[in-house]
Amino acid sequence: MQPITVHTGTMVPLDTANIDTDQIIPKQFLTGVTRQGYGKHLFHDWRYLDQHEQVLNPEFNLNKPEYAGASVLITRENFGCGSSREHAPWALMDFGIQVIIATSFADIFYGNAINNSMLPIRLASNEMDQLFAEVAQNSSALVTIDLSLQTVVCGGLEFSFEIAPHHKNNLIKGLDAIGQTLEHGDKIAAYEQQLASWK
Amino acid sequence: MAKTLYDKIWDAHIVSQVGADTLLYIDRHLIHEVTTPQAFAGLNDKGRKVRCPEKTVATMDHSISTRSLALDACGPANQLQLQTLLQNCEDHGITLYPVGHQKQGIIHVMAPELGAIQPGHTVVCGDSHTATHGAFGALAFGIGTSEVEHVFATQTLRQSKAKNLKVEVTGKLPLGVTAKDIILAIIGELGHAGATGYVIEYCGDTIAALSMEERMTICNMSIEGGAKAGLVAPDQTTYDYIKGREKAPQAADWDEAVAYWDTLFSDSDAHFDRTVTLQAKDIKPQVTWGTNPGQVIGVDDLIPAPTDFADPVTRESATKALKYMDLAPGQKLSDLEVSHVFIGSCTNSRIEDLRAAASVAKRGHVANHVMAIIVPGSAAVKQQAEQEGLDQIFLDAGFEWRLPGCSMCLGMNDDLLKEGDRCASTSNRNFEGRQGRGARTHLVSPAMAAAAAINGKFTDVRQFEEQ
Repeated sequence: MQPITVHTGTMVPLDTANIDTDQIIPKQFLTGVTRQGYGKHLFHDWRYLDQHEQVLNPEFNLNKPEYAGASVLITRENFGCGSSREHAPWALMDFGIQVIIATSFADIFYGNAINNSMLPIRLASNEMDQLFAEVAQNSSALVTIDLSLQTVVCGGLEFSFEIAPHHKNNLIKGLDAIGQTLEHGDKIAAYEQQLASWK
Repeated sequence: MAKTLYDKIWDAHIVSQVGADTLLYIDRHLIHEVTTPQAFAGLNDKGRKVRCPEKTVATMDHSISTRSLALDACGPANQLQLQTLLQNCEDHGITLYPVGHQKQGIIHVMAPELGAIQPGHTVVCGDSHTATHGAFGALAFGIGTSEVEHVFATQTLRQSKAKNLKVEVTGKLPLGVTAKDIILAIIGELGHAGATGYVIEYCGDTIAALSMEERMTICNMSIEGGAKAGLVAPDQTTYDYIKGREKAPQAADWDEAVAYWDTLFSDSDAHFDRTVTLQAKDIKPQVTWGTNPGQVIGVDDLIPAPTDFADPVTRESATKALKYMDLAPGQKLSDLEVSHVFIGSCTNSRIEDLRAAASVAKRGHVANHVMAIIVPGSAAVKQQAEQEGLDQIFLDAGFEWRLPGCSMCLGMNDDLLKEGDRCASTSNRNFEGRQGRGARTHLVSPAMAAAAAINGKFTDVRQFEEQ
């Protein structure tokens, strides 16, 4: 995993609650056998006016020139609900999104994001309102996310956020979760020793 | 200290505490073709092995055709994914139930049929509907592909504990109201994200009276309320289902297992962080009107107006959903024509579901403007239905009778709707585009879906039941 400590970038707003993983990456793009190449299909139904991805929807924020190059997605409640598909964070990251700031996340998506070194940040609803207002005023406003300090800074705004200590530690150090768990191999073996054979 | 069922299963699976987290042992790992190729590739890259292939159950379900057993029936990308699973299972010594095998099926239908799921197990799968197996009193939840790789390599997951939510349903179910209606009503009550951060225990005499298949329907949709998992305490109904199945404990082991399973219930004074109670008599046949499963009403209720919702986020979601679904506030569901009917999915494709649909189907014929398909959840369900003559009832009534798989629940094969199509579906998600770009999905029970097929529009199945 790539270590992540401080990230600075511009924002793209998606001011909608309950954005599900079927919207983030529809099923027809789940037939791949690698982790690469999903960015082109990110938000397919909203981003393209046709099925063949030839005609961009000019109304969709990810297509607007003022948000080009944004690496921080700001959105609302329950982002990433629905299917467990990890193709969702793969598509977001392949497109160039490094951080998602939202009012709340669905559980599985949240874990999937962390496991891919993409930072999901929860802010209060009124704090999200202020970020949305800021980007509406100035689409090139820079936002800085400091994982060590657990802060989001944008112009005169500064918010703090919560993150579980082990998630923070893994992200900052870019640790391999499996490698860490394998260090507990003796305990796993001991657990298996005492399991009834029929379990 | 008094414990909930969730607390007991959790405590029994602690391998180690790692900081604020728990390393939790995983008893069963269910896998399919879509969410595993990258996990196997990760293992192979690092020279790691699958720690417990014997605790891993593999099948093909998402990317397969329901018209042909050929792996290439849905194009080269699907074929490559299926062949990748074949190769990976062979390389890692995992038993695979491929297309054409008599025990193949949707993973959440075939794994219980094998007897692979026991009370008190921890069960994971790279699929959000893994909560289905909570019906057995197993802690079962969906995971991402990185976690699939983690389970392959370690047979554990690092987890933090969720909160306890009790959902109690009491009283006798009215005629025509099914397990699907119960869970849709519960999600309507909780909201689409209302159970985020919780594990739900479904209880009360209504739940206790349900069959295993009905309990699976309920637990299956726990994720649609945002819950980590859903549980029903095991009882004689559970034991009767499991006993004698291929992977169930045998002989002397059976008695030892039951003695343990009998301890798996929430203590009477156990602490729940939240409790929600529903009266069965208040539940009507449910139909979703929007683009998330929490946007649901009784079949004889009117389509709501955004202004009916006080919360601004809910109101905004309702406005967006009505536009996508091409519905107006105050509209009656009984005026709404459907173009398609899908009976299937890990929610509602078991034999009891097909019997319920057939009992309605035999009363008429699929309306001329409707295309209706029945997709059994497994090869075993298909065989059983054919032995009972259900396939003939469906075919005579104008339904298509297909091969088992996930099919039109998500359309990773060619079972897809077109823009503007309106489908009465027994599946679990009515998200925008779920069954095809621009298509509109209404979630219903199997009997309600069959009634919609015959009348060509949404119909209160209680009218059929009373005849």
